[in-house]
Amino acid sequence: MPTKTETLTGWGRALTATSEIARPERIAHVRADAPAMGMRRSYGDAPLNDGGVITDMSRLDRILGFDETTGILEVEAGMRLGELAAIFAPRGWLPSVMPGTGFATVGGAIAMDVHGKNHHGLGSFGQHVLEITLKQGETTKRVKPNSALFKATVGGLGQTGVILSAKLQMLACKGDVMMVTERRMDGWDEFLAALDASTATYTVGWIDATAKGDNLGRGILEEGETGAGLVPKPSKSKKIPFNAPHWALSKPIVKLFNAAYYRRVPDMGRTSVKPIEEFFFPLDKIHDWNKLYGKRGFHQFQCVVPIAQAPALRDMLQLIASSGLASPLAVLKRMGPGRSGYLSFPMEGYTLAVDFPNRAAAVKLIERLEDMTQAADGRLYLAKDALATGAQIKKMYPDHAKWLKEVQKADPDGHLETDMTRRLKLRSA
Amino acid sequence: MNETWIILGATSSMARAMARRLADDGKGLILAARDMKDVQATAADCAARGAALAEAVAFDARDPKSFEAIIDRAAREDGMVSCAVFVGSMPDQADISADPSLVDGTVMDSFTGPARFLERLAPLMEERGGGTVVGVGSVAGDRGRVGNYVYGAAKAGFHTYMSGLRNRLTRAGAHAVTVKPGFVDTAMTWGLEGMFLVASPDDVARDILRGVEKKKNVVYTPFFWRYIMRIIKSVPEPIFKKLSI
Repeated sequence: MPTKTETLTGWGRALTATSEIARPERIAHVRADAPAMGMRRSYGDAPLNDGGVITDMSRLDRILGFDETTGILEVEAGMRLGELAAIFAPRGWLPSVMPGTGFATVGGAIAMDVHGKNHHGLGSFGQHVLEITLKQGETTKRVKPNSALFKATVGGLGQTGVILSAKLQMLACKGDVMMVTERRMDGWDEFLAALDASTATYTVGWIDATAKGDNLGRGILEEGETGAGLVPKPSKSKKIPFNAPHWALSKPIVKLFNAAYYRRVPDMGRTSVKPIEEFFFPLDKIHDWNKLYGKRGFHQFQCVVPIAQAPALRDMLQLIASSGLASPLAVLKRMGPGRSGYLSFPMEGYTLAVDFPNRAAAVKLIERLEDMTQAADGRLYLAKDALATGAQIKKMYPDHAKWLKEVQKADPDGHLETDMTRRLKLRSA
Repeated sequence: MNETWIILGATSSMARAMARRLADDGKGLILAARDMKDVQATAADCAARGAALAEAVAFDARDPKSFEAIIDRAAREDGMVSCAVFVGSMPDQADISADPSLVDGTVMDSFTGPARFLERLAPLMEERGGGTVVGVGSVAGDRGRVGNYVYGAAKAGFHTYMSGLRNRLTRAGAHAVTVKPGFVDTAMTWGLEGMFLVASPDDVARDILRGVEKKKNVVYTPFFWRYIMRIIKSVPEPIFKKLSI
C-alpha cells in the first residue's frame, strides 16, 4: 500500500518526526512491521517514528458488535471514545473509562492504559478490556486479560503488536446528560480533603497553578453524575486557525484568566446540567487548541505520587506557582489503585498535570519536577512525557523487565520501536 | 417508507461514510464488495448504528455472475430499492500505457460492470415506481487529460450511461444522481502528488445524500468543482492539447 511522507507531532507539538505514513482502510491492509498511531493525542513522542514508517489507524473505526443486554462492545482500534459516547449514551451505555479528550482512540487508550474522572472508582481503561485482537507479524492473536501478553499490551506503548480491535465492557449510564456540581476550593489542604471525601462517580479538580501564598492550591472541584433529561445541543466546535503569538499565554494573562475562571463559580458553589461531552471533553470544543501555545508547542507535566507524599506534591505546586510559567491548564485528581498493565501509569495517590509553553526555563522546571516525582516514589505519565530519561522511567516502573520480556518475544526485531522507546531506551534493560 | 440501499463497492471509504449515514437513518443496507471480511465489518458497524438491515454480499464488477443474487436479495425486501455505485479502479496511466490490457479491467470496474448491474436492477425499480441510483463518477470523466485518460474515458462512459438511465427511470418515478467528486481523501489518493482542496469521505457522503433528497441530476462534490470543470471544459482543444493539468 502507498504511503505519504509527512512531518508529524504529538499533541504538545514540541517534538516532531518525519515519517512515511500508511493509512489502511481495510483490515487486510494493516502492516505489522511498523508502529501504529491513532489521533496523536499523546503529548510527546509516543506516537512518533522519525525516519521510519508509522500506521495511521484512524480509518479503521467500525463497531464490530454490540450486545444491548450485557453492554459488551467490540470495536476497531481507530474508533474514537467521544464517538462511542455520542452513539451509545442515548442508548444507556458509556465507555467505562474516558480520558479528557474524546479524540483518543480505543487503540491508543489501550496502549496508554488511560484513566478518567472516575479512576478512584472504576480504575483504568484496561480493566474494562475483555479481549484484544493483536496483529503480530503474519499472525493475529486474541489476547485475554491476566495473560502476560495482555499486561504487556495494556499500557504497553504499542510494542507487542498492532492492536486491530478490542472487546470492551461498557458502563450502564442513566442518560446522556451530566449533573455537575462545582465548588470553589480556597487552598491546598481544603482541596485534598474535599477530593478524599468526595463520593461522586466522576470528580476532577481544576487548579490555579499561578496562585501563591495563602491561595496556593486554590481551584474548583467538579463532581458529576450521569442523568437523563434534555439539555441544549452543545454549540458547534471552534477552530484555532493559526499559531498564537508567544505572549498569548504569558504570565500576566494567565494570572488574569485564572482569577476570572476561579470567580466564575459562585462562592457557595453551583449545580448545573451539561451535555455529556462538555463535562468529559471540555477542550474538544476548540479544535487544535494546542496551537494556542504558538509554533514552539508545549509540554505537559503529569505525575502521580502516593497519598503519604502529598506534601511533596504541594512542594511541586509551590515551585510551579513561583516560576510563573504555568498555563491555565492544571488538573489535580485523586487516583485509586486501578491499573492493568506492566507499564500502566496509575497508583493510589494524587495526580497533578500542568501545561507549560515550550521554553528553556519550563524545560528546566519540568526536569526538577521529574526529580521531585522520583524522590516522592511517584511516577510520570508516558502519554504526556517528552523530557524524562530512561533511567528515571525504569525506576518508576518496576515491572519494566516483565514488559520487556514479552515485548522481545512479540517484536524481536524492533519493528515497532517509536521515538519514545528509543529516547527512553525502553527496549533494553 | 421502508427503503433498502444496495451499496456496490462498499469497502471504499466514501461508500462506508454514506452507509453510516443511511444506517443512522434506519435504512436497510445490502453491502456488496469483493473483500468479504472487510465488508462484514462494515455491515456490523451499520447494524450497530441502527440500520434496519445490514447484510454483506459478495460482488465483483468483473464477474456478472455475482449480480443476480444481490438483486434477488434486495427484491425480497418490501418498499423502495435504491443503489449507490462506488466501484471503479484507477491504475497509473503509465502502467496502462506499458500494458494496454489494463484498459479492459479499468473500463469494466468503472463503467461496464456497474452498467450491467444497473441494467438488471432497473426493471425492479420501475416495477416499484421509485428509488434512486447514485452513480459515482469523477471530474476526470469531464475531459480527457494526459495523466489519467483511460480512467477518465471509463468514467465519461459511465456519466453518459447515468444520464440515459436517469432519462429512463424518471418515467417510472425513480431517479438517478450522477456524482462527480473532485479530490477525496481516500486510499486511492493517499500519498498522490498534486492534491489540493481535498474533501473528506464524510463530506462527500453528506453532499450525495443531499443530492438524493433534492433529486439533483448531477452533483459535483465539493460544489466548487462544478466551476473548476466548467473552466477546464471551456479551454479550446488547440490550447488544451498542449497543457499538462
